[in-house]
Amino acid sequence: MPTSGAPKLTPFTAFHRALGAKLVEFAGYEMPLRYTGDVREHLCVRNAVGLFDITHMGEYHVAGPGAGEFIHRSVTNDVLGMQVGQAIYSAMCRPDGGIVDDLLVYRFPNRWMMVVNGATNAKDYAWLKSQVPAGVEFRDVTEETALLALQGPRAEHVLRGHVPDAALDLGFYRFLEGNAFGAPAVISRTGYTGEDGFELYFAPRYAPQVWEGLLAAGAPHGLEPVGLAARDTLRLEMGYMLYGNDIDERTTPLEAGIGWTVKLKKGDFVGREALLRQKEQGLARKLVGFTVDGRRVPRHDMNIESGGRAVGRVTSGTFSPSLERPIGMGYVETALDRPDGSLEVLAGGTRLDARIVPRPFWTRGSRRA
Amino acid sequence: MAYPDDIRYTAEHEWARLEKGLVTVGITSYATDQLGDVVFVELPPLGRALEAMKAFGVVEAVKTVSDLFAPVAGEVVEVNGALAGNPALVNQDPYGAGWMVRIRPADAQQYGRLMSSADYAKHVEAQHA
Repeated sequence: MPTSGAPKLTPFTAFHRALGAKLVEFAGYEMPLRYTGDVREHLCVRNAVGLFDITHMGEYHVAGPGAGEFIHRSVTNDVLGMQVGQAIYSAMCRPDGGIVDDLLVYRFPNRWMMVVNGATNAKDYAWLKSQVPAGVEFRDVTEETALLALQGPRAEHVLRGHVPDAALDLGFYRFLEGNAFGAPAVISRTGYTGEDGFELYFAPRYAPQVWEGLLAAGAPHGLEPVGLAARDTLRLEMGYMLYGNDIDERTTPLEAGIGWTVKLKKGDFVGREALLRQKEQGLARKLVGFTVDGRRVPRHDMNIESGGRAVGRVTSGTFSPSLERPIGMGYVETALDRPDGSLEVLAGGTRLDARIVPRPFWTRGSRRA
Repeated sequence: MAYPDDIRYTAEHEWARLEKGLVTVGITSYATDQLGDVVFVELPPLGRALEAMKAFGVVEAVKTVSDLFAPVAGEVVEVNGALAGNPALVNQDPYGAGWMVRIRPADAQQYGRLMSSADYAKHVEAQHA
């Protein structure tokens, strides 16, 4: 989102400051980058449980006759096939198949919620607004929504007694409405880390009691607040997309390896023809995951070569705290996508030997199937 | 933030300490705060001749990477081998156990022209103005 002036605060900013977090501007908000250390926070989520403020994410309320059909036509996944109480991950494409954003869609009894990336919120809103049919209510509720993610194998134990018992029985990508620490909330078994966990949506006025309630209930389980830096390393170990890095309007869901979100048989949707054509013609390039020998780390925008020839660019790269080695992703010519295929990443004047590996990089998470 | 006043600084956030004719080099607490967890430090071999303010190594953190610049010209006479097994020393003790190289300076005057702690503090502040 283009920003001017001071970044927006979340209802948790004062807590981040009190904890001594390093704050950075992200998606127009002042957000915690880290509290204690990236590796410590990352491993806390893998081994125990971490708490993330992700209020910068955007939420839209969609209701009225034709609301479901509108979303179904706007995104690539099968929205009308969802059950009430279900959430799905989807891409949202342009007519040429380029990705406008990746997002979650929630189906409530009489309404829908779309959850989009903070950095693309303004663009997404304008994009969707221009397609809203008459009679469908479409409203940006980002400012009315606080969002926390509780992620890690101990997440369920932290919530026990503070949410309805039924919330603890939710399957992955299922949600319910109920009180969390006394706040009316949407309690969703979703996340961006590969671990079991929940995301809690509620009104900002309840922010103090939910934040403090979670920290208190989580203390015996080793809960710590976790910043955006570790959020990025956690998602990259899972091979999850970061919009603006791994996917954007010049890439398609098929190229990115999230073709499973594209339901070509669900009926018409924006981008269907282009994606169908791309599928029939075959992909010229694909997003691959790779590990790197040694300790130098592949970074966003570094060039990838094969046999001395430029074949692509790194979209995301980091040092993986769980695997204790450098990992990355990037688009390469489809013919090069072979298990164990070798690539070279150009890190300044140094050539890094990379080897293609399946995603996710990290396969031992507690996330429910 | 206060910076030790018995050492000198570069605009690129290295520190330098002159002891017994040798200059020990590391990165400042400001640098480690910006970088986050350091996971690898690439250092030059012994005997390498360094040019002042030219890159001589690399610090890889989880989230980002940064070149290391030589505060003074000279020959590398020692490198901190402990960093290979424990790069986190750079975060834990940037002015002590997290040191990186020792240089035998080619020009004895160069050290004195580096920034004082007060000047460095102003430099850091200016970057956030």
